[in-house]
Amino acid sequence: MKADFGIRCSGAEPVIYELSKPGRMATTLPQLDVPQAALPDAALLRDDVDLPEVSELDLMRHYVRMSQLNWAVDIGFYPLGSCTMKYNPKVNEAAARLPGFARTHPYQDVHAVQGNLRLMHELQEMLKEVAGFAGVSLQPSAGAHGELTGVLIMRAYHVARGDMQRTRIIVPDSAHGTNPATTNMAGLEVVEVPSDARGNVDLAALESVCGETVCGLMLTNPNTLGLFEEQLPAVMELIHGCGGLVYGDGANFNALMGIAKPGELGFDVMHFNLHKTFSTPHGGGGPGAGPVGVAELLVPFLPGPVVALCRCEEAGCDCQEEEGVHYHLVMPEQSIGRVRSFYGNFGVLVRAYTYMRALGAEGLREVSEMAVLNANYLKTRLAGVLPVSHQRTHMHEFVVKGIYPSAPDVHALDISKRLIDYGFHPPTNYFPLIVPEALMIEPTETESKETLDAFAAALRAIGEEARDDPELLHEAPHTAPVRRLDEVRAAREPILRWQGG
Amino acid sequence: MKLDPNCRYDQEHEWVRVEGDEALIGITDYAQDQLSDVVYVELPEVGDTFDQGDVFAVVESVKTASDVYMPVGGDILEINEALEDSPELVNEDPFGQAWFVRIAIADPSELDDLMDAEAYRAYVEGLDE
Repeated sequence: MKADFGIRCSGAEPVIYELSKPGRMATTLPQLDVPQAALPDAALLRDDVDLPEVSELDLMRHYVRMSQLNWAVDIGFYPLGSCTMKYNPKVNEAAARLPGFARTHPYQDVHAVQGNLRLMHELQEMLKEVAGFAGVSLQPSAGAHGELTGVLIMRAYHVARGDMQRTRIIVPDSAHGTNPATTNMAGLEVVEVPSDARGNVDLAALESVCGETVCGLMLTNPNTLGLFEEQLPAVMELIHGCGGLVYGDGANFNALMGIAKPGELGFDVMHFNLHKTFSTPHGGGGPGAGPVGVAELLVPFLPGPVVALCRCEEAGCDCQEEEGVHYHLVMPEQSIGRVRSFYGNFGVLVRAYTYMRALGAEGLREVSEMAVLNANYLKTRLAGVLPVSHQRTHMHEFVVKGIYPSAPDVHALDISKRLIDYGFHPPTNYFPLIVPEALMIEPTETESKETLDAFAAALRAIGEEARDDPELLHEAPHTAPVRRLDEVRAAREPILRWQGG
Repeated sequence: MKLDPNCRYDQEHEWVRVEGDEALIGITDYAQDQLSDVVYVELPEVGDTFDQGDVFAVVESVKTASDVYMPVGGDILEINEALEDSPELVNEDPFGQAWFVRIAIADPSELDDLMDAEAYRAYVEGLDE
């Protein structure tokens, strides 16, 4: 049961500065073959940076060891709720590395990159189709960036109609933290509404805040409790009835593909998290993509450029291709402008495109069906182990209260840390905020029944440990390279950069 | 759970201790226990004015960030700067050293909306069920 961490348990890796030896180098410079000249201004050179001096082998081993300390979905189960940590097929990487994609430059003439533009156009079209929207912009380069873009589009729509007083955004109390953060960043005001006993938006509370100052509602469906909004038509009617728009947080779109289209459910705008639903790499500071889809009335406001196509026989089509169509970049009429340099994170778009083409429409529906089935299977396996937040059929994820009835002093955090010893990444903890000791579990469609069974067995075994030996959990993890981190001290006295020995 | 019999309480777990026309405001022992270790407190500025129910501060713990609401409206006369460097006071002494702000009460009748210590205890016990 317990994972064998092997080399990953061998201890903490020093920072690269600690490996430095004066004079050691990773490269050999060729002989100087130009006249030597003094640097223009020696005062511009800093000598306080103290860059590390290491050999190529030191360098390689350091980063390979670091990579072995990492947890990844390619190593094991990663049920981090709301993050959709599905396996990313390696064919995505192969496609993104094709020279025709990898070696293009954003300043190349459009005639020289017709294939790239075709890929972007087809991705726009596929996203429109799968979510039921009239337009898509691939510009935003992360989920939260897509959110900000979406809210700016809603605001631009109202302003274009001379409706200047719509400055309030309604956000349910189950929302992702990015929703209120986005609202603030857009210069608008957050109005929070509670959830009802079944985990839906409380309709009476929503009605009481609806009015002529409402810019829109930000709604995640299924919501962060993993529950489908049961009163969605009434919610749509309320918000649209008071002149507001409905923003869909697409973080949980993995539950819906091929089954329900947000655009047809009444959403006016939604961002896609390509790194969640469409299997592109997650964060880590690297590139992401958060395309935004919109209903007809918001198409003119999309950020640009977006990719359009014309047929060679049409007047004004700048065609040099033999295929008969020409792809070109256009800025929508009343566009909120650029939200990013160039054309979004193109390499990420290639990966998402590859994923969608590899699966096809039927495959995407199967993804969502399996994601929902896996979540409900795991929830059922955990019955009697940890209490689930709401007794309903769940969508792609569910939330349990991280408290074993027989061990009230053991908290969600202790359970999470102990799961590391069992070779599992912990679920999201303490979110959503409305469930005490929340553990938010999203298995995704790519996990096998055996993995789900093993995870359920681990949580059951940890429950027995919690009852018999709670200290074991309070001190977990025991097998990870570093033990329990002092989160309080890290937050109160953060050390943000290495300052030597 | 600790309570201060000289305070009045609202449903969002703030306490208010009236001193003449002024009042001290903080968060309750129950609130700090729910938040766990507090790592940061964001306070308003002296001279700011808030209505009853307005968000006037934010308290951040290792678990979550939470808004703090005005139990009664008024002007901010003084803020507890000690909380900037020692947010742990909120956990250690919520009714004493960890007061958040001192205000000039705008409308004393708003105090009638608040609970006394026993009513607040009953309210909290109801929440835990």
